[in-house]
Amino acid sequence: MTAPRTLYDKIWDDHVVHQAEDGTCLLYIDRHLVHEVTSPQAFEGLRMTGRKVRAPEKTIAVPDHNVPTTKGRENPDQMPEESRIQVAALDKNAKDFGINYYPVSDIRQGIVHIVGPEQGWTLPGMTVVCGDSHTATHGAFGSLAHGIGTSEVEHVLATQTLIQRKGKNMKVEITGSLRPGVTAKDITLSVIGETGTAGGTGYVIEYCGQAIRELSMEGRMTVCNMAIEGGARAGLIAPDEKTFAYVMGRPHAPKGAKWEAALAYWKTLYTDEGAHFDKVVTIKGEDIAPVVTWGTSPEDVLPITGVVPAAESFTGGKVEAAQRSLDYMGLQPGQKLTDIQIDTVFIGSCTNGRIEDLRAAAAILKGKKIKVKRAMVVPGSGLVRAQAEEEGLAQIFIDAGMEWRLAGCSMCLAMNPDQLAPGERCAATSNRNFEGRQGRGGRTHLMSPAMAAAAAITGHLTDVRELMGEEV
Amino acid sequence: MDKFTTLTGIAAPMPLVNIDTDMIIPKQFLKTIQRSGLGKNLFDEMRFTPEGKEIPDFVLNQPAYRNAEIIVAGDNFGCGSSREHAPWALLDFGVRCVISTSFADIFFNNCFKNGILPVVLPQEAVDHLMDDARKGANARMTVDLDSQTVTASDGTTFAFEVDQFKKHCLMNGLDDIGLTLEKVSAIDTYEAKNATLRPWA
Repeated sequence: MTAPRTLYDKIWDDHVVHQAEDGTCLLYIDRHLVHEVTSPQAFEGLRMTGRKVRAPEKTIAVPDHNVPTTKGRENPDQMPEESRIQVAALDKNAKDFGINYYPVSDIRQGIVHIVGPEQGWTLPGMTVVCGDSHTATHGAFGSLAHGIGTSEVEHVLATQTLIQRKGKNMKVEITGSLRPGVTAKDITLSVIGETGTAGGTGYVIEYCGQAIRELSMEGRMTVCNMAIEGGARAGLIAPDEKTFAYVMGRPHAPKGAKWEAALAYWKTLYTDEGAHFDKVVTIKGEDIAPVVTWGTSPEDVLPITGVVPAAESFTGGKVEAAQRSLDYMGLQPGQKLTDIQIDTVFIGSCTNGRIEDLRAAAAILKGKKIKVKRAMVVPGSGLVRAQAEEEGLAQIFIDAGMEWRLAGCSMCLAMNPDQLAPGERCAATSNRNFEGRQGRGGRTHLMSPAMAAAAAITGHLTDVRELMGEEV
Repeated sequence: MDKFTTLTGIAAPMPLVNIDTDMIIPKQFLKTIQRSGLGKNLFDEMRFTPEGKEIPDFVLNQPAYRNAEIIVAGDNFGCGSSREHAPWALLDFGVRCVISTSFADIFFNNCFKNGILPVVLPQEAVDHLMDDARKGANARMTVDLDSQTVTASDGTTFAFEVDQFKKHCLMNGLDDIGLTLEKVSAIDTYEAKNATLRPWA
């Protein structure tokens, strides 16, 4: 009998190529996703040393961070010079090194973490890396997925492995069911609010419990996506029938006998009874409310029914950080969150740019007009965009007065022209509310797509349950 | 990668917690396709006005700290985006060591790939070093990787832990990829085995 193992233990064990005496491991990487911002220096490194990409068939590239989200963007003149050079470099690197590629002109192009699962590259039990911290998204399939730096991108390109030490196991259990108006985004933000942005440092989180099981694959991706905001490199969820149903038939999913073999293996991917977790956090699903962030750290989370806190209510170094946040965000302690006026709404990103997110926002926006100055809906991929148009969601957004954009990272990190002006206040479905993240001086409040849609209609932060006729 | 053995230099105090990589190097500077030249944009939005003028209060703009080679920082330094541009910018500015109670994982790893030593010490030690760093340019700190110690200007010495493999690579300026390629037969074996065990992967 082997000792009971966690899901993380099992995936780790199946990918160890070599283990040194001091515990340092060489870990095999099944899928390497690549985008234009964190890869040029890595490919350049390969060229300088005369190295090749070891497994081009396991390497998938797509430009997403820099690309404009406006029509006619296939024309390179639409991009600022530096962005154009970076995207052109990815075009060339993909061609020169023979890796899978979805160029800007391809309908399958989109945010790397949306394209991977959509095309069936991401499968349960795999190791998935990308030079992007939100790689944790892919953990929703029960794969070990995390972000790496550019030096590690080069290492994976050259060797298809990473030098790693095993992390610790952390369990985050969400018991019971969510109440109406509460979504996956509220779960993941509430967990960070509870553990802090460093609470998961050194750990791999396994999310479990009834509320997690009840989430769709889209919702599970939202939860895992923000594991990094809690400090954990990776977050994962054991695969189940929903996972298998999502994966089946996707372009790069196994077929026939391989599918059967894969399925038999995937069904062994769960945490054994009695396996050890180094840290456990349990939250009752029914206790989670729709939440928003008030500050400039993703841990600055409060239920929408709350008020802006005073810096003195914190301890240690957080007092200074909270005061800095309040000053930056232009907020007063004691102010009701629902009194905060919003200029701009951004719906999209690898956190909330999937079809279910657009459906949730459209359900609130149907037949309504926006009261904010501008609102932007940016689908996570060209295929999500096409599906949203087919389902009539796009027309709901357009009728409401919102901009219906092409796929990309867009205003989540504002590397393309989609940016906030100084002082502009945004209700965003993205993942980071850092100072300057969406544009210098821009003020970001993070929330779910339904909550962002509610803010778009009223012009201020709003409890979406009131628009749904739910009792709070 | 340059070796890191011992460093004696000026330490800049940055007590703010959760200094993220967006602060260290804002996204508008990620459009480069090179590793070098980012030092002038290190902490750009904290260091300069939108018009590009220096903000005098910011620590690295103060005369005492313009040549800082060490940063003593608040908890959870380097959180957020995985951008290796953050250690590239620190290195290009001249910072070779960051001391804090904790670091975000990806940033922590990225430092070692670039000849930067991130030192984790308990709160009391960081508090002591923060006070020492506040003394300005005359208070030089010494970081010795071989003996795994940080010595403050008053002579107080703190020992720190470091992964022995990472220490070895840093002290010798070793290229990870070269080391891994020495094990290429193990990778070949793994791939051959995997073709049978997990043919779909």
